[in-house]
Amino acid sequence: MPKTDSTRYTFLFAAAVCVVCALLVAASAVGLRERQENNQVIYRQKNVLLAAGLVKPEQKVSDRELQAIFDQNIVVRLIDLKTGALVPEGKIDAKSYDQKKARNDPAQSRVAPPNPALVARLPNYGAVYLVTRGVKDTPPELVVLPIEGMAMWGTVYGFIALDRDGNTVRGLTFYDQKETPGLGGEIGNPKWQALWQGRKAYDASWEPKLTVIKGQAGPPDKDPHRIDGLSGATITSNGISRVIAFWFSRDGYAPYLKQLREGAKS
Amino acid sequence: MTASTSVFGKHERAALITPVIANNPIGVQVLGICSALAVTTRVDKALVMAIGVTLVTAFANLAVSLVRNYTPSSIRIIVQLAIIASLVIMVDQVLKAFLFEISLELSVFVGLIITNCIVMGRAEGYAMQNPPWASFLDGIGNGLGYGLVLILVAVVRELLGAGKLFGVTILTTQSDGGWYEPNGLMLLAPSALFTIALLIWLLRTWKPELQEKS
Repeated sequence: MPKTDSTRYTFLFAAAVCVVCALLVAASAVGLRERQENNQVIYRQKNVLLAAGLVKPEQKVSDRELQAIFDQNIVVRLIDLKTGALVPEGKIDAKSYDQKKARNDPAQSRVAPPNPALVARLPNYGAVYLVTRGVKDTPPELVVLPIEGMAMWGTVYGFIALDRDGNTVRGLTFYDQKETPGLGGEIGNPKWQALWQGRKAYDASWEPKLTVIKGQAGPPDKDPHRIDGLSGATITSNGISRVIAFWFSRDGYAPYLKQLREGAKS
Repeated sequence: MTASTSVFGKHERAALITPVIANNPIGVQVLGICSALAVTTRVDKALVMAIGVTLVTAFANLAVSLVRNYTPSSIRIIVQLAIIASLVIMVDQVLKAFLFEISLELSVFVGLIITNCIVMGRAEGYAMQNPPWASFLDGIGNGLGYGLVLILVAVVRELLGAGKLFGVTILTTQSDGGWYEPNGLMLLAPSALFTIALLIWLLRTWKPELQEKS
């Protein structure tokens, strides 16, 4: 029997292969982590700008330009998700606030009330992105709100931009979704996202009303509460409806949006 | 083993060149069809996938070949798999760090390089019997052959399906005010099957010696 076929040698060889492979994988993961996390932060900022219409989907912008546009136009603030009140500036640094981390930390979050969007936990504080274009102490032109919830294959993460009336949709993006490419994945298509512009989140009695329907909806001024469904993707379409319904409900942003529109009126 | 002493001898050249066309992994060996269906809707995705598979196949072949005389034959497949899986994870990490937006769309397919038959097929079929340098070139050659087909299929699909190449409009579609009515079928998986079948047919018509005798 050759040396390489003995049981002892086989075990030793397998162990050596494991150690070497594990070291290489760990080195690449740890060595590149900072760059990857940085990429994710920039990509989220890009999506805030996309939702706010400050960057166009077909526009090619470098990371540095993106950050410049973001810093010039956007102020990140935290809100108390229960009451909707803005958290005073300086209490927590809003720009470095990691909402995903906070949501999973029992000390900084709570179990969400049962909801069809299957959001499991809600952070105490939620980030909101105010489009102020560098002007201080005025009501923001737009607010961009993070949304998330279950669609078909997994949780979708996105942003929805609203007018300062807290009702009119100005833009929508999804930056993380695992829906079927070509079918449900079309929620990432800028053409479909453009259909949301000008629709109204709430009806006259301030109940969330915006839904994705089966088939085609009319123009926003005649048919303000409905969005074209995605053909071949009914479950994804319904999932998006539920995500929207949840985040505009009292458990989501309704308290904050109420304060926003009342502040905007006065 | 006389051939292995030369850096770029006949043996090495053959390892690099034959898999590109004469022994093309998709067209002749019919390996790696699965990912060829999934990532060929756009040329830029196909290109990144081709580079990924080429790198993984080349370095997997190199590593497998380096340890081929020390590998116990009873666990050689699992050793190859461990090497390939590690390389694939590293490719995925590099993509996430340097080509983030492409990695968002490709991550799921990059993970599937592990199951790409080309990589294991070449490790077991070539690298286990050949010296490291020739194995490395064989990996590059097979990656290029795979990439060539992938890009050809992607060119056909993106051009006919969306009127674009590399995301740049070539044929203005009617929805954008042009004349071209895009063929939606080209963006769905079956069209890749048709396109690959056509390519295999063309290849075997061009080189009749590739046809199997029935």
